[in-house]
Parts: sequence; C-alpha cells; structure tokens
Amino acid sequence: MTATTERAVGSDVRRLEGPDKVRGRAPYAYEHELGAQAVFVALVQSTVARGRITAIDSAAATAVPGVLAVLTHEDAPRLGDVVEELRVLQGPQVQYVGEPVAAVVAETSEVARDAAARVQVTYESGAPDVVLTADRTDLYAPEQLMAGFETDSVIGDVDTALAAAPVSVDVTYTTPVQHNNPIEMHATVARWDGDVLRMWDANQGPHNLVPVITEAFGITADQLHITSPHVGGAFGSKAFTHVHQLIAGMAAKVTGRTVKVELTRQQMFTLVGHRTPTIQRLRLGAQPDGTLTAISHEVVEHTSQNAEFAEQTATATRLMYAAPARRTTHRLARLDVPPPTIMRAPGETPGMYALESAVDELAVELGIDPVELRLRNEPARDPERDVPWSTRNLVACLTEGAQRFGWAGRDPRPGVREDGRWLVGTGVAAATYPTRRRPSEARIQAVPGQPYVVSIDASDIGTGARTALTQIAADALRVPLDQVDLRIADSRLPKASGAGGSTGITSWGPAILAAADELRDREVPPGGLTVTGSSGPGEEAEQLSSHAFGAHFAEVRVDRDSGEVRVPRMTGVFAAGRIINPVTARSQFLGGMTMGLSMALHEQTVLDAGRGHFANHDLAEYHVAAHADVGAMDIHWLDEVDEAHNPLGAKGIGEIGIVGAAAAIGNAYWHATGRRVRDLPITPDRYFG
Amino acid sequence: MREFRYEKATDPAGAVALLAGEPEGAYLGGGTNLVDLMRLGVATPDVLVDVRTLTSTEVEDLPDGGLRIGAAVPNADLAAERRVRERYPLLAQALLAGASGQLRNRATTGGNLLQRTRCTYFTDTTMPCNKRAPGSGCGAVTGLHRNLAVLGATDEGPESAHTCIATHPSDLAVALRALDAQVRVLGAGGERSVPMAELHRLPGDDPSRDTTLAHGELITAIDVPALPWATRSRYRKVRDRASYAFALVSVAAAMDLDGGCVRDVRIALGGMAHAPWRATVAEDALRGGPATEEAFAAAAEAELAAARPLADNAFKVPMATNMITRTLLQISTEARS
Ligand SMILES: Cc1cc2nc3c(=O)[nH]c(=O)nc-3n(C[C@H](O)[C@H](O)[C@H](O)COP(=O)(O)OP(=O)(O)OC[C@H]3O[C@@H](n4cnc5c(N)ncnc54)[C@H](O)[C@@H]3O)c2cc1C
Ligand code: SF4
Repeated sequence: MTATTERAVGSDVRRLEGPDKVRGRAPYAYEHELGAQAVFVALVQSTVARGRITAIDSAAATAVPGVLAVLTHEDAPRLGDVVEELRVLQGPQVQYVGEPVAAVVAETSEVARDAAARVQVTYESGAPDVVLTADRTDLYAPEQLMAGFETDSVIGDVDTALAAAPVSVDVTYTTPVQHNNPIEMHATVARWDGDVLRMWDANQGPHNLVPVITEAFGITADQLHITSPHVGGAFGSKAFTHVHQLIAGMAAKVTGRTVKVELTRQQMFTLVGHRTPTIQRLRLGAQPDGTLTAISHEVVEHTSQNAEFAEQTATATRLMYAAPARRTTHRLARLDVPPPTIMRAPGETPGMYALESAVDELAVELGIDPVELRLRNEPARDPERDVPWSTRNLVACLTEGAQRFGWAGRDPRPGVREDGRWLVGTGVAAATYPTRRRPSEARIQAVPGQPYVVSIDASDIGTGARTALTQIAADALRVPLDQVDLRIADSRLPKASGAGGSTGITSWGPAILAAADELRDREVPPGGLTVTGSSGPGEEAEQLSSHAFGAHFAEVRVDRDSGEVRVPRMTGVFAAGRIINPVTARSQFLGGMTMGLSMALHEQTVLDAGRGHFANHDLAEYHVAAHADVGAMDIHWLDEVDEAHNPLGAKGIGEIGIVGAAAAIGNAYWHATGRRVRDLPITPDRYFG
Repeated sequence: MREFRYEKATDPAGAVALLAGEPEGAYLGGGTNLVDLMRLGVATPDVLVDVRTLTSTEVEDLPDGGLRIGAAVPNADLAAERRVRERYPLLAQALLAGASGQLRNRATTGGNLLQRTRCTYFTDTTMPCNKRAPGSGCGAVTGLHRNLAVLGATDEGPESAHTCIATHPSDLAVALRALDAQVRVLGAGGERSVPMAELHRLPGDDPSRDTTLAHGELITAIDVPALPWATRSRYRKVRDRASYAFALVSVAAAMDLDGGCVRDVRIALGGMAHAPWRATVAEDALRGGPATEEAFAAAAEAELAAARPLADNAFKVPMATNMITRTLLQISTEARS
C-alpha cells in the first residue's frame, strides 16, 4: 500500500492483526501480566435455584496451602449501588443455579479449584420455577423493551380484520434458550495500583463497563483503566458488566495481588447470559391475491428474578410488511434463571424466525409463491412509524437471490422430491436489521513525518473492525494505510459506543471522519496538532426509517429413515449500505448465516424443570454447527450507499446474516418433508414426533 | 482439581504392579476422556500410570485370518490400517464416525472401550447420579435424557439406588461387539481373555460399574476373529450434527447371503443401552429367512419390542428400527450388484 490516490474503503484489506493472531502474538485478556505472579480465582456456585444460604463454612478451603482468601457474602467487600443482578457476594439470597456464593483466591488455579470444592454451603431452598408457558398467570408487560422499543404496538382493529380475512394462518412457534459461546472464555485480570483499578478484560468496549465498575468500587473514571486489545468473539455476551469482573476487582482488593479470573465453559452457561426462550403466536390475514390485511405477533419470553431483560422479539414485524391492521405484544415471566442477555441480533433473530415461517405458511394457504407473496406486501413507507425509508432494498435482495439460487420454476408441492433416500426441498425468508448510530468521539494526533495516531475506544471482537476503521481513517486523511496508527479498546481513549447492535462502523467511522475534517486544510506545526471529532444520532433517527435488508434461500435434505437434516447450499443476498471491507464483510455474513443454520438445526440449552439448571452446559452437549454441517454458502450484497443515514453510507453487517436464516431452513424442511416443525431446533428426533 | 502422582512403567507387567497397590489409581491412555473427567472432579485418581504407548501399538495377523490390535494403537491409525479397512469395513467406519481428527490421533484403542457415559448428570458433581455417587439417585430419568438408553436400563424411579439409563458412548465398541472380539486383559493374577459380550455390563442393580474388569486390570490387545463375510459390513451412525457428535442410534451390521436368503448376520446397536447392544432377537429372526426389506423391518421391530423409552428418547425406537432395516438393505443390495 504505497499509492495515496487509491481508496482503501471498499478494497479487500486483510485483517491487520491477522499475522499476530496466527503467531500467538496478539495477547487476549488472560494472557496479560504473565510475569506478575498473578493469583487465581475459582468460584463456588449455588446448587439451588431459589433460596437462602443459611450457613457457609470456608474453614477447610482456607486451610489448603496456597489459598489467600475465600470471599463469601459474609466478608466480601461491599459494592456500591449496582443493579441487583450484579450484587455478587453481597447477601445470602440465591436466585438461580450457578450463582456465585463464594470465590477462592489462591496461588495457582489448581489450588483454587481444589479449595473451592471444599467450601461447605447450606441452603434453605424452594422448588425452582423455570418453565415458560404461554398460559402462565404471572406474565407481565414490561415498561419498555430493550433498546427503548415500545412493549406493544397496535394499529387498527386486528381481531376484526383477522376474523374477516378470506385466508389466514394462526400458528405458534417456539425457540429454546441459546448460548452465545464465543471461543474465548470471559476473562479478567485485575490489579489495584494504589487507588487505581487496572483491568485487562475481554469485553465489547471498555467504556461500556466504566459506569458500573466505578460505581461498584466507589472510584472515579480516572481511577479505572480497562483495556481489551483482542477479544475472541462475544456475540453480545461481553457487552455488559458481569459478576466475574466485579469478583476480580474484589479479589484484587482483598489480596493486594494481580488477580486472574477466567470462566470455565460450564460457567459461561450461567454467568454471562443467554438468549431467552420464546413462544410466539403469529396470526396473518390476507386477501386471496396475497394482500395482507392483518398481522398479529404476540411474544412470551422469560427474564430472571434479579433483572429485567425484555427482548424486542416482535419489533421487526412492525416494519417488514404492509397491512392496515397490526399488533405486536411482548409479555415476560420472571423465572428462577440466570439473567438473559443479548445474543447476535436479539429480537430480530427469534422474531424473524417466527414471522418468516408464518409468511411461508400463509403462502402455502394462498397458493402463492413465497417470494411473490413478500413482493406483493412491500410497504412504501415504514408502516408503523409512517416515515420514509432511508433506503430499503428488500425487493432487490429477493429477486437477486431468487435468480442466483435458481428459484424460478420451483414446484411448490411438499414432500415430493427424492434423491435416493433424501427428501429434498427449498425455502426462502427475508432478513432485516436496524441501522443506528451511537455517540462516539475520536481523536487524531498529527506530527509531521509520522503516521497519524487515530484514537477511539472502539472494540474489535474478532470482526475486523480494527482493519475497517484504519481504512476509513486512511481515506479521510488521504494517506496510505500504513500512515494510520489506530488505537482502540482502552477506557482512557476518547469515549465510544460498544461493539453491539451492528453500530460499530456507523458510530465510530463518522467520528473519525469528523476528526479528520478538523484537520483538513490546516497546517500541521512542527510540534504536532491534535484534533477531535464526534458523531451521534442525528435528525435521521426521527425522520427516516433505516434498516438493512436481506434474503436467504436454502436447500434442505432430510434422510427419510433417520430424520437427519443437511443444508447443502444457501444463498444470502444483503442490502446493507456501503461495504467498507469485502473480505471481513463476507466473514460477517457467512458467520451470521452459519449461526442461523446452527440455530435452525442444533442449538438448544435444556432447562431441567425439577432442578432448575441448564443441563447440557458444555460444547460436547450444546451443539453448534460443525464444518461438515455447512454446505456451499453463496454470499452476495447489492451496491447500496445510505448517506441519508450517515456520511459513510454504511449500515452495519454484524447481525443481519443470522436474521431469517433459520426460517429459510425451516421452510425448506417443510418443502422437503411436508412436516412443519414449529419448535427449534430441527433435530433428527423431530422427524418422528 | 486434586493433586495426583504420575508414573510410567517399562512394561505392561510393571504397570499392573504399579496400580495393584493403588486402589484410587488409574491407567492413563490418551487422556481424552479421563483428563476431562478429572478437570470436572468426576474422576479423582491419586496416581496415573501412563500406558498410552506401553502396550502394543501394532496390528498383527492372527493365524485364523483375524487381527490382534494392540491396546495402544491410536484410533486414527486403526481406522487407516489397510487390513482393518479390507477385512472389517464396519470397524474403520465406526472409528471414523467418532470424535474428531485430533481426538482420534490421541485416543487409544483400550481407552476408547473404557470411556465413560456422556450423561450430563454423571459429569456434573452437583447432581445426583448413581454411577458417580452410588445411592444418590438418578438425575437423568426426570431430567435431560434425550440421548440415553431405551434398552436394558434400570428404572426404578429417580430416588432408587439402582436406577441408571446411561448409554455407552463408544462407536468402536459397537463394531467390536458385532465382530465377537475378545479383549485380552492382564491383571495381578495373570492374563485372561474377555469376550466383548462380557466386557460391558448392563446397570442391573449396580450402575457404578461399567465393565466386568477388576481394578488394575490392563487391556493389552483386542483379538478380532476372522469373519470372511465381514467384508460386506457397515457402520451407520445417526447423530445430531454431521460430525463430532455421539450417536443417537448406531448400527453395526454384517451379513452373509445365500442367494436371496440370510445365511448369517451380525447386528449390534450403539446409543441404545448401557453396553453395546447385540441384536440377537433380530439376528435369530433373520437367520435362514429371506433377505427382504419386510423381513429386515420385522426383525428390527422384534428386537425393539423390548424397548422401554421415556418421553424424550422414544424417538430412538422408530429411528433404530429404520436404521437396522436400512443398513441391512444396503448390504444386501450391494451384495447383489
Ligand atoms: C468432544 C468429544 C467427542 C467425542 N466423540 C466421540 C464419538 O463420537 N464416538 C466415540 O466413540 N468416542 C467419542 N469421544 C470419546 C473418545 O473416543 C474417547 O475419549 C477416547 O477413545 C478415549 O481414549 P483415551 O485413550 O484417550 O482414553 P483415556 O481418557 O486415557 O482413558 C479412558 C479410560 O480408560 C482407562 N484406560 C485407558 N487405557 C487403558 C488400558 N489399556 N487398560 C485399561 N484401562 C485403560 C482409563 O483409566 C480411563 O478410565 C469423544 C470425546 C470427546 C472429548
Ligand atoms: S442415567 Fe446413570 S449416569 Fe446418568 S444420572 Fe442416572 S445414574 Fe447417573
């Protein structure tokens, strides 16, 4: 990269940190302070789902040579005013199986684990209440949903419209609890340097953690320094503060040492969140020509006793299709489960699975091709907010996808295609994900003869964000890539939003552009010059409806004897704004589609109703798609630039790939077998149900 | 994790001697199962005697045309061995259907046979489990049991000390059961040979014991007798994903055909019971009868008549019935072509 005239944005730039990662030279959180004689934490976790600790005896654990401290609710440092789910080791109450009830700090992790097994805890406990049903009498409407969405939306008289509809479907879908399971386990290294807390931590943006951790330890933002240079995946599980980070700070305080906390894979099933299960009733009414007259999407999901997490499951239904009468509702049950959290495209992922499956069922009822049915219900404006789209290219995604996949001439009849012992079918579903930007600031330091130092507390959780931001900065400064020295993932850098909601590029990129604008046409003095810029949601948020769209097509094969399901090929076409880096973008779409396939066929965490725990809490028993499950993936995007939303014209691509993918597979399964499976995942046993 | 000693012997007899005086000790093969269980606190040996390369790593010809497989042969090598692939295709297929490439490189033949159940209550020390903690009850019968046994289990309710519906997870063992292999074992009292039929046991009233081996007995080799018609054999495994998952149901089968008739047949099932399950009812029904899809299906149904499934594993009955039928059908179709 020497030419200065070539634009970096839009070109295939390989991940800048890739060579370091494959050589093991890119340190992850746990790999910091290797020479520091760190001490290690092992957790003791509750074995009951609800109750109180009546006695806790840590004498045997304390007596193990090498043990420095055993923290329990009786003697752990008191935390400041943090939300209930984070009040770890602060009281005797227990609210879910696996809640930490003690933490052992020892010279080695082996000693810590051994000692943890010796802590005796006695509980007074009640029967767990963990089973979600749609007819529970304690379902309630939360005040609002995640990301500030309204709990319910009602336009027109839905029940009357449904009753009057010549053609309708009334179907209920369920999705199970799912777990994020990034490869890198959550880890924190913590040390108190006087009254300054230093943390090396795996998270989705250090600034996300600052308010909670400063409040918890009664320190100012200046007294907290968090870095997270490399993160091995997150999918939402590393977005918020979790209890292990607070335990690390407490343990470091009590022992005066550098403390390492790394969760085990099993602990990641309780301590860092999960996707809520959902029960979704979909009712659609239509004219015989396919024109939708009514849409009703009612969602039941769970949250924990100690936190309200209200997933925005039906919000995509508010904008996908035109219909005069429409309703979405969300109801929660508070169960004795660990707190749920965000998992790749929270809301859209389960919600679009249900909506796009129901649209397929309606197409069957109507005898209209499912691609055509979607085209016939394309809304000219956002149907609920009644504002124009900034850009909406769902129609182009569907038609382009149909062409690439070879959809034309598809025989709509289910269960009639055979290839040897395989039953073969195809399916389609649409995708959408909101485009947003969040407040972010960037700083650029210019010194003659040196690369520009571009600083922003952005986060690269393995997505390639570091590379894409360098490309954006290089173009904005009109220099080659190697003249940009990008610094990210440090709470002492200019404040930026976290890596979540597919908002990274749309939030951080414009902040860098704004800072670069400050520099433009200015003479850099010999001593250098520092400028800052910021970006945040503007008028577009009110005046326009901004979303990425996409379409998935899948071929499914089902073994007629065993019920095994294979997906030999998928096509995904996306209209997701300007693509900054095609190589890393493709990986995001590919990863999203693969995770959608995994959701369709494999992923489910099983709650044991009697004991209240997640029973299959490791990767041998919680299945994610293996390589052999992923067939040919045809990934394509349309040329789309959405400058009405942000000056980069980008939309965000981290999540849309998963949205709708499971519905396309479920719809193809029906087309292959004639069986409509409405409960994910579609494991082989469903064939015999 | 508790502290333990690590020992190495110079020969098998030395390993047996080392473990003889160690009631809490264990042999260490590839460690792919044992070390996991130690991390989880499920296995708590105080001494490990490393036998990963101690017994034979060779596959040798037996005079009758069979093979002697050293207990230290890695799963990957065994699957790749030409004589195994030619004489016992089902054996190579079973190995390749198991675990992952990395695990198969590490895992040994002996260790594979003695791997423990994947029941999630067994692997979680906070849960009741008669196999891990005798007398504590069985968590699985009222909990997650989708992939547990439907044949030969003991279910006297969750509180009973006898209840266990675990399955044996090894694919290799199922193929060896179909082949009537003999397991050669060295103990303090000398060497003996244990038929595969007697190696693994059903839970009966003591779920804590997976096998009939005494503490300290070392597997040194597996003898697979000659079976000329095993060249037409198959291992078919149904699992939740396309690779890297334990069997929901597996079928190891070989068939000797005489025109349209079944002269002899071997069928063993995996994922169905506490031990590899030899489908003797089906074999008896088929021997001497017609090699037709109807006959295969009827035999499979007769075998599965003994199944006692619970709510969440009932699918295994039709799945196994279909897979027995299908596997035999494939062997007979191939034989005709
Ligand atoms: C994620 C995962 C997936 C897997 N999937 C499959 C699968 O699909 N199918 C399948 O069949 N297996 C599967 N496995 C299991 C794998 O095949 C076994 O772990 C492996 O075969 C065990 O062999 P090892 O040599 O590592 O045994 P070790 O773990 O070393 O030992 C296992 C047991 O055998 C004892 N032992 C070892 N050698 C001897 C000997 N010579 N004599 C007496 N006792 C001995 C040990 O004391 C221990 O009790 C999987 C494992 C994992 C971790
Ligand atoms: S099935 Fe067997 S291994 Fe599983 S919990 Fe019950 S007793 Fe334990």
